[in-house]
Parts: sequence; C-alpha cells; structure tokens
Amino acid sequence: MTGANDKLTAADYPLAEKRPDMVRGRRGKSLDDITLASVIDGSVTLEDLSITDTALRQQADIARATGRATLAQNFERAAELVNVPEAAIMRMYELLRPGRAASAEELLAVATELRQAYSAPRMAEFVTEAAEVYTRRGLFKRRF
Amino acid sequence: MTQEPVGTANRWKRFSDWDERALRLDKFAAEDPENGFAAFSSPHDPKPAVELSAGAVASMDGVAARDFDMIDTFIANYHIDHEIAPEAMAMPSLQVARMLVDMHVPRGDLVRLARGMTPAKLADVVARLSSLEIAFAYSKMRARRTPGNQAHVTNAKDDPLQMAADAATAVALGFDEIETTMRVARNAWSNAVACAVGASVGRWGTLFQCSSEEAEELKIGMAGFTSYAETVSVYGTEKSFIDGDDTPWSKAFLAAAYASRGIKMRCTSGAGSELLMGFHEKKSMLYLEARCLCLQRAMGVQGTQNGGIDGAPVTCTVPGGMRELMAENLIAVWLDLECASGNDARATESEIRVGAKILPYLLAGSDLICSGFGSILKYDNSFNASLLNGEELEDYLVLQRDFEADGGLTPVGEQQILDLRTRAVEALGAVLEELDLGSPTAEMKSSVVTASGSDETRSYLPRDATIISEAILERGITVVDVIKALHARGFVEEAGHLLQLVRLRVSGDYLQTSALVRQGKVLSAINDENDYLGPGTGYRLDAQRREEIVAIRDVLTREEVLREESLHRAGEVKRISYRLKGTATAGNDRQEVVIGVSPAFGLKLFRTVAGHPLSAVMRELVDGIESGGCKARVVRLRHTADTSFLGLSAAMLSGSGVGIGIQAKGTAVIHQKDRLPHNNLELFSNAPITKLEHYRRMGANAAAYVRGELPEQVVVPTRGEAMGSRYHARVSLIYAIETEMAGEAQEPEELELAFLETKR
Repeated sequence: MTGANDKLTAADYPLAEKRPDMVRGRRGKSLDDITLASVIDGSVTLEDLSITDTALRQQADIARATGRATLAQNFERAAELVNVPEAAIMRMYELLRPGRAASAEELLAVATELRQAYSAPRMAEFVTEAAEVYTRRGLFKRRF
Repeated sequence: MTQEPVGTANRWKRFSDWDERALRLDKFAAEDPENGFAAFSSPHDPKPAVELSAGAVASMDGVAARDFDMIDTFIANYHIDHEIAPEAMAMPSLQVARMLVDMHVPRGDLVRLARGMTPAKLADVVARLSSLEIAFAYSKMRARRTPGNQAHVTNAKDDPLQMAADAATAVALGFDEIETTMRVARNAWSNAVACAVGASVGRWGTLFQCSSEEAEELKIGMAGFTSYAETVSVYGTEKSFIDGDDTPWSKAFLAAAYASRGIKMRCTSGAGSELLMGFHEKKSMLYLEARCLCLQRAMGVQGTQNGGIDGAPVTCTVPGGMRELMAENLIAVWLDLECASGNDARATESEIRVGAKILPYLLAGSDLICSGFGSILKYDNSFNASLLNGEELEDYLVLQRDFEADGGLTPVGEQQILDLRTRAVEALGAVLEELDLGSPTAEMKSSVVTASGSDETRSYLPRDATIISEAILERGITVVDVIKALHARGFVEEAGHLLQLVRLRVSGDYLQTSALVRQGKVLSAINDENDYLGPGTGYRLDAQRREEIVAIRDVLTREEVLREESLHRAGEVKRISYRLKGTATAGNDRQEVVIGVSPAFGLKLFRTVAGHPLSAVMRELVDGIESGGCKARVVRLRHTADTSFLGLSAAMLSGSGVGIGIQAKGTAVIHQKDRLPHNNLELFSNAPITKLEHYRRMGANAAAYVRGELPEQVVVPTRGEAMGSRYHARVSLIYAIETEMAGEAQEPEELELAFLETKR
C-alpha cells in the first residue's frame, strides 16, 4: 500500500474508485458513510459533502503527474481557500476586480489576511502579485 | 404583358428569389483589420517571438516585459514553459502544422510543445491548416476520447415546473451537462432547484450549472445545487477585460474558489467578443483568442467554453469566420484544455449554414460538441437561440445516424419521455410543497408535461418564480433540504441520484480535465485519454452505442409495409374484382388499348404511393380510354415488373399497337409496339404526385395515339420535392414484392375487371 507521503499518479485515478480508502469528507466521513439514509437521519450534512484541502492536494498531485502543472497550481491555491469562509471569499474576489481597491495597500492587506488568518501563502503571494501588476497598469481607479 | 416597374426591369429575377431566402437575413461584413474585422490575420498581429532572460520572459510576441499588459504578464508568468520555449519557438510553423495532422505524432508530443509557445506562435501554426485539416487535428488533439454534449434548459416564463420537465428530457436524451439561466436575474435559485430536481429523474450523472452573476453563481454552487460553472469569461485585450469587470487575477481567484468548493469549472472566451466590446486593438480574432486560451491554461482552469460563443455571429460575418471558430477550438485542445466547443449562439438564419457549421464537430467529436444545444424551443431559450434547438433536435439525431458519428445524444421514445416529464413535475411539485415554497395544481403540472414550449403551459410565471427564488435564498435552503424533501415524498430514487451528484465533490475526481459522468463513473482525460494514432485507434462507435444512435423513430421495415398494405386489401375487395380468364394473347382489334398491370397489382399491393386505391386508378384509365373511343383490355404481365417492359409488352399484345404499363405503386407508361423499350410515348414516373385525373388523361391520350393523333402530353407538375427521400425506402420495399412475384417464363394473364361500386 502506498504511504501517505507518496505522490499519486494516473493509476490512482479516479480516487473514489481506485483509492476510496484515501477519500474523506471534512468531518472524516468515508464515501461509504455518505448514504441516503445518513443524510435523512441527519448524520451527514452539507459539510460532509464538501471537498477537503487534502483531496485538492491529491488531485494536484495527479494533475502534475499527468503533465498539467498549471491545473495542479490552481488546485493548490484552492486547497488554501477551503477553510476561508464564503463571505471572506466574496469580499476578496470583489476587491480583486478592477477599480474596487483604491490602492495596492488594500490588496496587500488581503494578502496579509490570507497568510495570517488562513495559512494561505500561495494565495497571499498571488494577491501580492496582483497588487504589483495593478499598480503598474493603473487599475486603482474607481469605476463606479 | 404587364409593365415592369422602372428600375427592376433589368434585374435577373433569380436575385429576387434569393432575396426571399432566410440566408439574406444574415448580414456580412467586409474584411477590415483596422476596424477589427479580420478572422485569421491583421497587419497589426505581432510576429511570434520569445526572449528569456535570467529565469523570466524578457519579451513576448514583440512586446518588452516592461510594456506587458495584464494579459501578457499573466501568460509570461504562468503559461510559458522556459524548458520548452526555445525548442518550440524555433520550430518552423509549417512543420508544427504538419505534425498536428500527422497521425504518427502522438498528441502528448504536441501538447508538450504548446507549453513553450506564445499566442502568436500558436495562431501562426493553426492558420496554416485548411478547415478539413483543422477538423482532423481537432479530432486527434481533443483531450478526452469519448465525445459528449451540453444542453440549455431554460424557458420564457422562468417556470420551475417546465424547467424540471425539460431537464429530465435533456437527461434522457443523453446530455452530459445542462445549463440554465433566467429571464429575471433574481429567479436564479428557483431555476437551480428546478433543474437539479429534474436532472435527478431517470439516471444520475448529468452535471448542472446555473449561469448568473459571478458572485451569485458561486453561492448557488456552495449551496450544493450546481456541479459546474462555465461563464467565467476572459478576454484578449486588457481594456475588454477591465470592461468585463475582471482581471486575470480576479478570474484566477474565482477559479480557485470554485475548486475549493469542489465545483467543476471552465472559462469562457471566443472570437468577436473584443470586437463587440470595442477594444480589439486592430488585432485578428484568432490572435486575440490565442491570448485568451494561453491565459486560461496559465490560470490553471481545466477547460474552456470556446468557439465564438456570444461572438460567433459577428465572427461568421467575416471571410473565414467559421474556419476561425474551428481554429480557436483547435488551439484550446492543443493547450490541453477541455473544450465545450461553442456551436451555441445561432450564428445564422440559414439552415444550410447551421448544418455546415455543426458537421465538422459531429465528425471530429468534442468534449462537449455544443455549449449548449438548445434542448428547448428557440423562443424559450433565455441565452438566445442556439445553433441547434428543440425544433431541430431530430435533425441532429438523424445526422448522427447518417454519419455513424457519436454526437452525444440518444433517441428516446415518446412514452418514455412522457413518463419522465410526468415524474419530474411530480417530483418538483412535491419538493415545493414539502419545503412550503408552493403547491402547483394538477392542471399546472399536466399542462407542462405535454407542452412543447412555454406558450402552451398554464403554470408559473416569472413573478411566481421570484417569490419561490427569494424564499429559497432567504431561508438558506440547500441541496440537503431538497434531498430530504424528495425522500420524504417518496421520490427515493431521485433523492439518491441528487446525493450521488453532490457526493462527487468529496473526492474531487471530476475537477480534472474533461471530466463527465457516464454510468455512474467519472470519465476524464486521465482515465479516458484520447489515444488517436490513426484508423483503429481513438474513439470508435461500439456495437451497442451504434444501436442506440440508429434507433430513431418511424423506421420502415418490410413487415411494416406489408402490414399497411394488408389493411387496404379488405377495402379493395369490395371495390374491384380481377377475374382470371386464362393466358393472354395478341389482340387484333385496332381500337383496343391493352393495360398491362404488374405481378403484384391488386394481389399483394392495393394502392399507389400517392395513396390512390388501385381500383380507382384502373377506373380512370379505362374511362379515359373509352372517352377517346377505344376499348380497354387488361392483362397481368408476370415476366417483369419494370415499367418500360410492362408498357412495351402491353403494346405488343394490343391490336392497336398502343399499350399502357402500370406498376402497383402507380408508375405508368404509354408505349407503342415498334419503339425501343425506353423510348416510350409518355412516362408518369412521379407516382407520389400523380393524381387520378392524370390517369384519366393518360387513358385518353393512349386513345388519341390509337387514332394517330398527337395529343398534348400529360405533364405531372413537380415543385422539386425530394421524392427519393420521401418515398424510395417504401418504394424499394414495395418493388421487391413485385419482383419476387415476377418470373421470366411466366405467361401474361387475361383479366376481366368488374367495378363493384358505382362511381362517386
């Protein structure tokens, strides 16, 4: 059996079929635990039907192993957003749209928040990069 | 003669005929690169080039790094593979173009090279391919082996009941994805619940999206109702991007956000969007699109909805526009992106252009051939009419059968559709009641089940949908509540199906490139990789899938034709008798016309293909002959069923030398004994449009020939109907019954006709 640290490959895909032992919901439920009966009795909730950062990193490994490095990077960024609440995601997205942030500092504050509150260094770096480019291209002006 | 108005007298009237055709509603634009109207090349397109320095892209396609706009920057930072770029950019474009159509060069080799190519280079390569070569290369380069298709499910009233019924219908037809949108923006939640419930009827696995405002769409996804998103648009110029109210970074953030919620996502881009938005920078459509596609790979999205999309109509106004749409799709799959290949916004009013547009995709296959196919009627499509719609869906099913090509759809029987639609409206009705969102009446539901479109329903209106939609949003109803409601009301199978779909999120397997669900299993570019390397490889129609595709409705069989004929036997027996009087011999009455009927005439076959009973046809022929002062004698010829030889044989038995030959299907000829077999006097070959009066005049003309006159020949007027397509299958089956009864050595029989009814 492959250890937890070994990288997954195309042979492990789809995980739900080939490696069901590795697939867990956010509260640790296995796919077999997620049944209609358990949804009806309330033991499975919407939270159990959500993807985990682990699953996204596993899918990133598979993407990289099949030659899709940029897709892997997206999954890795996504893994960092799994624990970011919906409202925060909406707020950050809105600030990244043109003319929403008044200055680079507003975006850099988001980067700091991502790094410190959500342990999301990749996303933080990504937003920092946006701040630099927006500065160079003059995007910090109001559109409405 | 009437006086022509001045000014039109010198016009060839064919132009007026052409003016009336639907094609002339299409408007065409002159090629004009300065104003953005150029499909493949503009003098302002850059020459392909890349310069790498100290681990960074120093310049790309003629632009220095310090002058990069946001799109250049994102592509340079995330798309260009520094290991591959020097090699890929140095290869002559023509050589790469040839590799794309070389079945011996594996897809993987070309995908690797694309990672090192700039937008200008990718465009330069595909521009060297003809339309046929693009289609072939597309077939080889698309990521997933098995083709699929996507449907639009919307209606003009935002009626959730109809949405559910139509979603179930689309699922039954085999669509892998369904996409909805609204007439009224705030009805999104009602649409989402209705489609999610409808799509759970019959089978599970059809992915579903609700196209709405970016933030709202993500929220609906988070509530579990949708399983994918595709309206994350990107553009090829910086100003268009900003006008679209996003940047590459905001869109890439959104891409990560969708993945973080376990929702499949693709971007959208297409030729013509920059032109429509007024910021084309004088570049060709293909070059701008190559930028969009490199950007999408750079963002790390698994796929793209690409091929004009909303810009397809304007793209199709310029020379090479349709070829350009194919070329940009080719770049998409070459960049290893899933491709939902357009063929959605109706780019023309001409049905010929529609058919021509779809054919290469049907033949080549695509991850999703249409994005989407209008599964509903044109007026119900809230995205605007698609290239193909509910009206034309059967045409598409037949095209699949004609070309033995898998377009992703499967014909469904009438009763099955009715059952599924009934189940879908009952299921949604139960959910609405259970969640206290509404209580649709039996009349509302039944009006929806049988309605072809919303004009025919007496159900919910947009305002009703708004009330439902706002309640779902305010009360925070999620997919789990809907699953429970279905279960509570006995829709256990549907509850299970919906849960299966949401459960896909846990493993995230369907986030990988080109993923869809077939028979409960995720199929993607990883476990269903396109392995095309020439004939015998890649996607092939297997026997079972072929059987599904060919099973369209109302297919004629020999048994069916014989059964229909036998229904007419009873009527004919009451109208006519053919008494056998022994072997027929040559006559010597100079006033007789012999009518030679075919072997099965009145024995196994009883009406012409125009539907005339043979008794009526015989009566007209006889009356016509007698009206010209001649006598009719009837013989059954049993050595041949061919019209010409029936006619000539009848003429040779006739004392006057004039005879008529007639087949049971109604084809007839007037012949004369000394003529060559195919050099007859008059031929009535278009049996389907030959009327009883024509048979009468035929008899009268035969008599005129006996008198030595030259009558006005009977011309059966045709309006150019496709007789062969309408009748030849039936005719061939009927004719085989005649030829089976014919035998070379069989003598002709003398018949005595008796008409058993008085003529009406």
